[in-house]
Amino acid sequence: MTLEAMNRRRFLHLTGGAAAGAAMIAAGVGLTAAPRGAWALSLESLDAHQGATLLKVARHVFPHDTLDDVYYAGVVQSLDGKAAADADVAAALADGVKALDTATSVPWLDLSDGYQLRILEGPGETLLHTVKGDAVVSLYNNPLVWRHFGYEGPSAQHGGYMNRGFDDLNWLPDPDEQASPPSA
Amino acid sequence: MAKFDNNDDSVVVVIGSGAGGGTLANELCQKGIKVVLLEAGKHHTIADFINDEWNAFGQLSWLDKRTTSGTWRVAKDFPGLPAWICKAVGGSTTHWAGASLRFQEHEFRVRTEYGDVEGASLLDWPIGLADLEPWYAKAEDKMGVTRTNGIPGLPGNNNFKVMWNGAKRLGYKEVHTGRMAINSRPRDGRGACQQLGFCFQGCKTGAKWSTLYTEIPKAEATGNLDLRPESQALTVTHNDQRLVDGVVYAAADGSQHRQAARAVCVAGNSFESPRLLLNSASAKFPDGLANSSGQVGRNYMRHMTGSVYATFDKPVNMYRGTTMAGIISDESVNDPSRGFVGGYEMETLSIGLPFMAAFLDPGAYGSLFTDAMDRYDHMAGMWLVGEDMPQESNAVTLHPTEKDQHGLPVPNVHFDDHPNDIAMRSHAYRQGSAVYDAVGAIRNYEVPPYPSTHNLGTNRMSADPTRGVVNQWGQAHDVKNLFVSDGSVFTTGAAENPTLTIVALAIRQADYIANEMNRQML
Ligand SMILES: Cc1cc2nc3c(=O)[nH]c(=O)nc-3n(C[C@H](O)[C@H](O)[C@H](O)COP(=O)(O)OP(=O)(O)OC[C@H]3O[C@@H](n4cnc5c(N)ncnc54)[C@H](O)[C@@H]3O)c2cc1C
Ligand code: SF4
Repeated sequence: MTLEAMNRRRFLHLTGGAAAGAAMIAAGVGLTAAPRGAWALSLESLDAHQGATLLKVARHVFPHDTLDDVYYAGVVQSLDGKAAADADVAAALADGVKALDTATSVPWLDLSDGYQLRILEGPGETLLHTVKGDAVVSLYNNPLVWRHFGYEGPSAQHGGYMNRGFDDLNWLPDPDEQASPPSA
Repeated sequence: MAKFDNNDDSVVVVIGSGAGGGTLANELCQKGIKVVLLEAGKHHTIADFINDEWNAFGQLSWLDKRTTSGTWRVAKDFPGLPAWICKAVGGSTTHWAGASLRFQEHEFRVRTEYGDVEGASLLDWPIGLADLEPWYAKAEDKMGVTRTNGIPGLPGNNNFKVMWNGAKRLGYKEVHTGRMAINSRPRDGRGACQQLGFCFQGCKTGAKWSTLYTEIPKAEATGNLDLRPESQALTVTHNDQRLVDGVVYAAADGSQHRQAARAVCVAGNSFESPRLLLNSASAKFPDGLANSSGQVGRNYMRHMTGSVYATFDKPVNMYRGTTMAGIISDESVNDPSRGFVGGYEMETLSIGLPFMAAFLDPGAYGSLFTDAMDRYDHMAGMWLVGEDMPQESNAVTLHPTEKDQHGLPVPNVHFDDHPNDIAMRSHAYRQGSAVYDAVGAIRNYEVPPYPSTHNLGTNRMSADPTRGVVNQWGQAHDVKNLFVSDGSVFTTGAAENPTLTIVALAIRQADYIANEMNRQML
């Protein structure tokens, strides 16, 4: 990385889950683990306020109460990457954040969840759709998020699910052998 | 592998290496006929396949520009992606699930069986089940379809267990792990299914039949196949006698070439095949090649589809094992007392978490959506696939202004549901939900059709040359050495997944072409 690029980088600091978890995420989505369970997201184009706002927007769009902020930070990072590559995207995101903040006299992040959502679905609608369009992939296509949902993903390297529970469901009777013959 | 000269006009040029084209090319090669197989996509190997939905999608899908119109929801949610099909050697047989069902007898003569359905361009096929039976038998043997030729069915996975129990409690009779072109035992030099669960991403064990590693290497072994990957056919050329004589194609570097041909067989799936004919318009064929009927591109069918996913209070882990792991066939009959003509199949289907996010309810957000996602590992799912009504206005046409990377008009795909399609889908959603309710579903999700995986009818077969594009052999009514060899020849769609029928027709067509060549008719 060039020095110039370094200087342009900004850091979004948030308190996340356990340090170990944060380190794992760091490997997956390029976040930097920071001491004492906090973590930082390095941003190329967005400023820290925009980053924090977009993270909260992503949470409203796809609310999973038990999913830590660090996973939503992957969405912010994805949006930041697009903004860095395309000035129009950067401008649209900046406009969207401004629309949220100027909707009332209170900065959007300081508002209650109900106010936030109402503004997001009103003056913030364009931003909502932009974040949604990105997050539907950048949130759910993260292998670390898969674990949270119980999706085990790739199996070829483990020899498939043949011996890893493809038919382990035991709360219903097994189908008869004509319908479902035994494995080879 | 053979290499034939571009001026060698004794070769048959086959365009597209999927279910239709890959099979046809091999069958012709086995009979000693020289074939140049043009394939727009890359030549991947099994080792290249990726157990990751979006990465595999990017690797194998046809992503060239297409546009959409009409009231179908795909036009709103995925306007540039009317179909989910492949651009790769092996075509969509790299992606497909493997369900291999024969059509029912009445499904070849639905105009007679259903009568006049308002707004539908129904037509009887020029052939019947009896004509196709011997070819179905050859196709099943070739593809190693389970529950045929003494091949046992696949073991049911968790998703199937839920379906089977629900179906039995509901009183359905025909429920089993399907007729699948997936090895349940090693066969034909390929191993048995290891329940990887990534059938849609390219089968990494090779247990699932794909022309990529069955038909094509067998054809190459004859010395009669010249396979040219990354070679996209742009136009088919003809001579003064109204016979086709070559194919202009673009190579990987964009350079254009022309391969001479004794006959041309088009198998680019139901968007690209009619598009190629339309883009080949000339002074002699002003409305497009072989289009005196005006039917090229029309009567586009995509099957009535939809999915039901249901959540339970105990885990299912439906994604483990074969993607399409079982079937209920009781609803595939024609019983107009249900409020629609034709029937549908119910087949288990699982998609991974990334695709579930994209397809469960495209564009949705908020807690209703995330509640469903939170229960992903407690979810079972099925796909509903039934006969849809052909309509002349559902059509692939050339876009008036948009061009592709080769400067040719892109296809626009227009689709509106017929009222019969809606009545059938509603019935199917209700029955699918009832199956899951019978085993204690917490909640059912009626999931809209995905971008089309079954694309049919746009060069349809007809006895009467004014009503369709090709005859019973897939031979163009207007041009006797031009053939169509993919699902676009389907006169009507039937309830069953189409590929077994595409393969059976291709084997039959190869026989016809070889005979016509022997008789010096081609
Ligand atoms: C996810 C998924 C699941 C499916 N599951 C099933 C199933 O369980 N059962 C079933 O019966 N069917 C299934 N199908 C459908 C099945 O894949 C198709 O019916 C079948 O592959 C169609 O065969 P085809 O020869 O018409 O076209 P394809 O197999 O799509 O092959 C067409 C080929 O032509 C090439 N091509 C197109 N235009 C050109 C050109 N101009 N020049 C050169 N090459 C060109 C394309 O790149 C492609 O490789 C599924 C499809 C998908 C996508
Ligand atoms: S489940 Fe079976 S058929 Fe499907 S990808 Fe895995 S091994 Fe292949």
